[in-house]
Amino acid sequence: MALLVPPAPAAALARPRDVFLPGDFQRHSRLDTLRRRLRWPLGVYTTPVAILIVWEFLARAGVLKPTYAPAPSDILSTTVQLWRDGILGPDLAISLQRAGIGLAIGLAVGIVAGVLGGFLRTGEYVFNGVAQIFNTIPLLAVLPLFVVWFGIDELTKVLLIAFGAGVPMYLNLFAAIRGVDQRLIEMARTTGAGSWRIVSRVLLPGALPGFLVGLRFSLAYSILGLVAAETVNADEGLGFLITTAQTYLQTNKVFVGLVIYSILGLLADQLVRALERVLLRWRPSYEAV
Amino acid sequence: MTAALRTQTGVLVEQVVRRFGDRVVLDHLDLTIDDDELVVLLGPSGCGKSTLLRLLAGLDKPDGGRIEVPTKRAIVFQGDRLLPWQRVLRNVTLGLRGPDADDRARKALAEVNLAGCEKAWPKQLSGGEAQRVALARALVSEPELVLLDEPFAALDAITRLRMHDLVRALRRKHHASMLLVTHDVDEAIALADRIVVMNNGRIGDAHTVVLSPADREASVAREELRAALLSDLGLASQH
Repeated sequence: MALLVPPAPAAALARPRDVFLPGDFQRHSRLDTLRRRLRWPLGVYTTPVAILIVWEFLARAGVLKPTYAPAPSDILSTTVQLWRDGILGPDLAISLQRAGIGLAIGLAVGIVAGVLGGFLRTGEYVFNGVAQIFNTIPLLAVLPLFVVWFGIDELTKVLLIAFGAGVPMYLNLFAAIRGVDQRLIEMARTTGAGSWRIVSRVLLPGALPGFLVGLRFSLAYSILGLVAAETVNADEGLGFLITTAQTYLQTNKVFVGLVIYSILGLLADQLVRALERVLLRWRPSYEAV
Repeated sequence: MTAALRTQTGVLVEQVVRRFGDRVVLDHLDLTIDDDELVVLLGPSGCGKSTLLRLLAGLDKPDGGRIEVPTKRAIVFQGDRLLPWQRVLRNVTLGLRGPDADDRARKALAEVNLAGCEKAWPKQLSGGEAQRVALARALVSEPELVLLDEPFAALDAITRLRMHDLVRALRRKHHASMLLVTHDVDEAIALADRIVVMNNGRIGDAHTVVLSPADREASVAREELRAALLSDLGLASQH
């Protein structure tokens, strides 16, 4: 046995070598375990929570004045207060209703146009130029125009949200359908699959990742459109809440509105993530370390 | 005259021309493949093998001449070309219709030794397994012509030998004309009924291979054939 062990020459020590062992083979000290548990304990919410804690601390210490940035606990109690007073509930409801209707219209138009544009050359010629032009027009810039065209009622608000949601959906869906691997379409044709088969099994599932990117943008832009729309002649809704609070320098109420907008954004992101987990299981994706 | 040459089955290629710009890739090429025959098309890369195969598949149109192939045909490409968003079974049923599609696909998968893999995603398969699924997808429709475009070129040597065994086994069950395009002389000898060498856009020499499976592995006849093929390919001086 001793003969089988090669003598270790001194020179070998100079050359660096890697040793790989099974993951759980390495001994963990108690400190390691603790550190791992403490590392990103709340996942993606760790940073927001950390900011909230620092913010709260600074506000309590008097570094941040309440008129600049009230403490998170203050914002929370204001939220509860507004809810109890029966102000927040209806405002939130009307805002969500606007966002929902606008989003539905925008997605419907964006998806129909995107599918037609993606599948048909005629569709591309009809929709693509317009969509590219719309894409560069900022939401806030069309707002005055919408007011002139559609008045200052609900219609303007809903259409503005629909505009914000529809354009990114169209552009992403169009690009996703055109981006499906040509070799796979060619292969499907050689198996004798009919046009409908190719659309349903190759083109649509292949365009799904791009569709979800579009959905992500649409949700975000619809909230953006909501904010813009509600600054115009609103007498109810989150934007109205913020505008009036701003007039009376009630910074805590402004923050309540902002927090709710951001929570809507967070929920939209979680929704798309959940869809991705279910619909894109097939995709070999990069797992970050 | 052409009427007499016309076959009911198999492949008939007459005086086919294909150009890309000024470059003539196929120059009045003739080829016939009999029913149930496996022809290997051998040639260096870039000689127009794949161009001819794409013409036979109907993926491309000739600039001249005439091509007659069975309507029921299937292709196995160099890459597996599986749909990553469909499980293995749905990949095989892609071109199938009817209520028995799933059963037929299961049987085809069993034939390529992949029974039990129906629910796997393509990303979970090894290169050889994925190519076997592609083979099952081609054979499941019971084609009269199977076109194989360097199907095993991307596989390692051991997997490739296993695939050769599989192809031989499948030929006993499925009776179809086959055209296998390759640049691998040993693969050609292992599988072919007839080997045709492509040169300058035409079919040069043809070698009918009547060897037993054992003789294909190692024999004097095999070495002679190999030397002849290498000489056809212009590589004789190296041996």
